[in-house]
Amino acid sequence: MLAQQSILRLDATAIDYIIIALYFVFVLGIGYLARRAVSSSLDFFLSGRSLPAWVTGLAFISANLGAIEIMGMSANGAQYGMPTVHYFWIGAIPAMLFLGVVMMPFYYGSKVRSVPEFMLRRFGKPAHLVNAISFALAQVLIAGVNLFLLATIVNVLLGWPIWVSVIVAALIVLSYITLGGLSAAIYNEVLQFFVIVAALLPLTLVGLHKVGGWQGLVDKVTASPGGSEQMSAWPGNALSGFGNSFLSVIGIVFGLGFVLSFGYWTTNFVEVQRAMASRNMSAARRTPIIGSFPKMFVPFIVIIPGIIAAVVVPELAQFKATGSGEVDYNDALLLLMRDLLPNGMLGLAITGLLASFMAGMAANLSSFNTVMSYDIIERYLIKDRPDDFYLRTGRWVTVAGTLIAIGTAAIASGYSNLMDYLQQLFSFFNAPLFATFILGMFWKRMTAAAGWIGLVSGTATAILVFVLSENGVINLPGQGASFVGAGAAFVVDILISVLVSTMTRPKEESELVGLVYSLTPKEQRTEVVLRGDHGWYRRPVLLAGISLAMTIVLNIVFG
Amino acid sequence: MAEKKKAGAFDIRIVIATLVGIYGVVLTILGIVEKQAEIDKAAGININLWGGLGMLVFTALFVLWARLRPIAVPVDAKPADE
Repeated sequence: MLAQQSILRLDATAIDYIIIALYFVFVLGIGYLARRAVSSSLDFFLSGRSLPAWVTGLAFISANLGAIEIMGMSANGAQYGMPTVHYFWIGAIPAMLFLGVVMMPFYYGSKVRSVPEFMLRRFGKPAHLVNAISFALAQVLIAGVNLFLLATIVNVLLGWPIWVSVIVAALIVLSYITLGGLSAAIYNEVLQFFVIVAALLPLTLVGLHKVGGWQGLVDKVTASPGGSEQMSAWPGNALSGFGNSFLSVIGIVFGLGFVLSFGYWTTNFVEVQRAMASRNMSAARRTPIIGSFPKMFVPFIVIIPGIIAAVVVPELAQFKATGSGEVDYNDALLLLMRDLLPNGMLGLAITGLLASFMAGMAANLSSFNTVMSYDIIERYLIKDRPDDFYLRTGRWVTVAGTLIAIGTAAIASGYSNLMDYLQQLFSFFNAPLFATFILGMFWKRMTAAAGWIGLVSGTATAILVFVLSENGVINLPGQGASFVGAGAAFVVDILISVLVSTMTRPKEESELVGLVYSLTPKEQRTEVVLRGDHGWYRRPVLLAGISLAMTIVLNIVFG
Repeated sequence: MAEKKKAGAFDIRIVIATLVGIYGVVLTILGIVEKQAEIDKAAGININLWGGLGMLVFTALFVLWARLRPIAVPVDAKPADE
């Protein structure tokens, strides 16, 4: 990206810098204010389980609305067009609803403090260790990606060297998380959500006006190298990498929709942690469901600007036509901002990007420190100390995680399409995890040994598919290799788990109450209606139904 | 029980409304004094003005919400079984 400085340099003036600086004052202020609420490790790691559902719901999607999402999805929008919406409408939404309706009662009801801790209670230590370590590793890697992207933006904007930006950005995130813990991260995520919308919505509207409205965009994309298929979501051949339309639909629905996305949204502790921080079972179940409503409209302010950029920004249109040039798809949003926004709104747009990158990184770090402190240090390394000790440990682990993320930022710079890189990581960890969880939650016969053996063999399968596709043995362009890898990992995990379960001894049924569906009494799985949970609009299952219906309508309208 | 605990030390809605409100004022003023060249850049829309006004409306709504439903004391004391 260094060579692109001159092309991408945004024409920021004093007023833009004031807008950016103001935001950082608020971010650090929230960290300071949230500190007053931290008096125990549960306050620090899970916000004392006290937050209202709309706060955790917005934090739930904001934690995911990081650099990878914003830049990666607008890059995908520029490259593939409308099929990118599948990441939201086929991928995210059904999985989020499933988490709220089906899985959250077990997470929240069993009072575990993290997803790996659920693993520990259901499957014992080996599965717990595998899960905790692979999760912690993935989080610092992804935090590195977010950090790197943040630094490139600052590099483009201010001309600061990448390493200076990396360190400054890391210090800001570090200071508010070590001060206020998860509350600071969550409150900042809510603030970030509104800033991101305030930044990207005007950009989208100006962009749409520029191309002559929706019909103008359809005409321009149809005439561009992308062609008309880029303006309809289905069948999305270019995205999935399958030439056959039928296979493409199957690949998207099962690979992306079922395995990858369910794996990500339902077992990723970054997300689940936000719901665990809410004040009761009803609020915990509503967290992902409330989040799904704004989530279904995020594509309009992320993917659409990417599509617009590919037809109105000359450099990007040339890159799309010839495959070479000084810019690439990851620059789509920046180029559009450069060309369309006046000073003032430009500053706000830059703030929105910085906010999103910090949201992502903060989310990674705040879940990393919880898993490291509760699941690895307290459980295996330094046991039975007073709570105060683990609170301090959490703060130091955050510092260590930040340092590692600075290191992994370098890894991220080696990939042209960050989304590909991230999908690979997710297929390693999340798809087999989802298989193990879902089998463990609904099949009481599944044994502890099956838990970890299934997990390891599933992960190994994903890595094998990755290696085969890198060496050209499996030839699927686009995201197809990820879909296949995730699907294979899921199937292998289920098969091996069933096989091992039949040969080993299951856990006592009394130990599985609250963890397995058939052994958990209904009262424990459903919420007691408490003060503040009245009204039809606060009923999780009904809300989920409305969300699902709206998503189906969106799929039909933009199909 | 846990329900009596305050939902955090401060009301995040007011914090959000303050930041967005300041942005709204700044952008609206910029929009009023906007030069034609800047408006042409944004395809003929005075985006600073409209964006700023939109943010002021948002701020008003958030303040209203925070006023109508404060967090510290639960407003409805109805029993759980309606």
